[in-house]
Amino acid sequence: MVSVNTNGNSAALIQVRGLNKTYRRGGEQIQVLQGLNLDVDKGDFVAFMGPSGSGKTTLLNLLGGLDVPTSGTVSVAGDEITHMSSGKLTDWRARHVGFVFQMYNLVPVLTASQNVELPLLLTRLSRSARREHVEAALAIVGLRDRGNHFPRQLSGGQEQRVAIARAIVSDPTFLLCDEPTGDLDRKSADEIMALIEELVDKHNKTVLMVTHDPLVAARAHMVLHLEKGVLVEASKSRENTMAGGVA
Amino acid sequence: MKFRSLILANLFRKKVRLLLTLGSFGVALFLFAFLAVVRDAFNRGGSIAAANRLVTINRVSIIQPIPLSDRDKIMRIPGVQSVTHDNWFGGVYQDEKNFFPQFAIDPENQRQVFSELLVSDDQWNAFLKDRQGAIVGASTAKRFGWKIGDRIPIKTTIWGGGAWEFNIDGLYHGRTPQDDDTQFWFQWDYFEERVPERNKGQVGWYTVKLDSPDDAVRVAKTIDDEFANSPYETKTETESAFAAGWVKQFGNIELLILAIGSVVFFTLLLVTGNTMAISVRERTGELAILKAIGFKDGSILALVLAEALTIALLGGLLGLGLAMLAIPVLGASLSGMLPNLILSKSILAGGLGFALLVGATSGLLPGIGAMRLRVVEAFRRI
Repeated sequence: MVSVNTNGNSAALIQVRGLNKTYRRGGEQIQVLQGLNLDVDKGDFVAFMGPSGSGKTTLLNLLGGLDVPTSGTVSVAGDEITHMSSGKLTDWRARHVGFVFQMYNLVPVLTASQNVELPLLLTRLSRSARREHVEAALAIVGLRDRGNHFPRQLSGGQEQRVAIARAIVSDPTFLLCDEPTGDLDRKSADEIMALIEELVDKHNKTVLMVTHDPLVAARAHMVLHLEKGVLVEASKSRENTMAGGVA
Repeated sequence: MKFRSLILANLFRKKVRLLLTLGSFGVALFLFAFLAVVRDAFNRGGSIAAANRLVTINRVSIIQPIPLSDRDKIMRIPGVQSVTHDNWFGGVYQDEKNFFPQFAIDPENQRQVFSELLVSDDQWNAFLKDRQGAIVGASTAKRFGWKIGDRIPIKTTIWGGGAWEFNIDGLYHGRTPQDDDTQFWFQWDYFEERVPERNKGQVGWYTVKLDSPDDAVRVAKTIDDEFANSPYETKTETESAFAAGWVKQFGNIELLILAIGSVVFFTLLLVTGNTMAISVRERTGELAILKAIGFKDGSILALVLAEALTIALLGGLLGLGLAMLAIPVLGASLSGMLPNLILSKSILAGGLGFALLVGATSGLLPGIGAMRLRVVEAFRRI
């Protein structure tokens, strides 16, 4: 169940409390996020929408441990990440977060398999075990036969599938998707969203996604709207998939 | 190594740039090896000089002669084991470019004093019996294709000029590769017979072999005191000091080589540093991704350094491989003008160390930049 602006659900996988983020640009202070509270349970699929500059990506960066808040806390599976050292936060990201970006961000000189293998290089898995994990991840995204292809030999949709395989290969606690269909045509976007839905429904993954596209957002369990750094609206999006609702 | 495929893939990302950088390393390392070999060749005289040998020359200059009669006086000094003398001949074979060192030697004492230069007894005995006989260093014989029994003319512009005929009776070899095997020895009697009257009874210098190296300072002083205030005052010093003084005649070789080496080092550092900086800047987004998925700062630095060191290693091996092929050829073409050019294992190891030092230094700044990259800012830029 997704809860916004409440005193919280202590059993939630992700708990955000009083989250503030302020940037200084020139002499001006810009408050991007203002006292956000949010609970996300395991298996939830949440979409964040909002105009440019509303703080969607900043929120995603804070949830993923890529940035630190000005104040407030983010806890994931009991780990309070906002006060972790840089090194610990890096380790935490490797274990708990899978990232999917708009521009795929694959390493162009590595094959699809090698790209997917990257997060596993940080583990103690043997080479053969890594290969098994990579093949499994590529099979989930439907690209088992494209492992030896370089990104330039794949379509945009296929590249994003490889990026998703990279995000799930280490079985992270949750996935953060920043405009995962933003660079794709409608057909490819549909395929990617079907894949993300499959990850949630079949593999019980927790997904938090930023998007500008209402059609894409509508496929999430819950759509949260950010405006000027505040979660101003939350709507139940997909019927029959919600276990809970907005508090 | 788990990260090998990532390092190699990044390395071969821009093949032309990689080839040019490897080429820069190759040329620089070749130059490094060549300079080190030349420096080594010039300094070798000092390093292989026997500790128990002294060289006595005319106090004015080595080109001024000293009397042959001094030999007996030197022999009488306590601590002197044997004495031999040489005259510089200064000839060429067929053409000016075919220069090599020739000496009129004292056959009686040559082998006792220079025991590291080896000639078989048969060849030496044949030489002793032949007034026009000559013993040739193995590399000079190889250079001109001479063999025992050949009769060869050597032209000189001093000692009355003209072409002197010699019979090659034997070849000598150095005991170690560092020993000079480019010389040409012939009988002092033959020399004495043909030089103008004014040069007769005079030698170029004496080489004095001592019973013990501990006697060197005392014996040198005694020799020079013996001839003080005579028309032929002498200057006696250890063979290594003499060799060092000889090298100084060419100018400050050490400084020259150091200056050239420093320019090579810094130029290479700038070239490779720039290459690494561009390479890292081009990959800002990829490095940000690696950091996002869990690569630590140290791992990022290590990846960049590993790449720089791999380039340095490959470039270094390329340059040193070229040097291994080219230096023997260069050495043969410069034979006689320079001492033997020997690319020793220590020079190869030094070259590889030099390459890796440049690699590590050039990768360090871009690596630190990559290490400090903030993921959020990097994503904003791409």
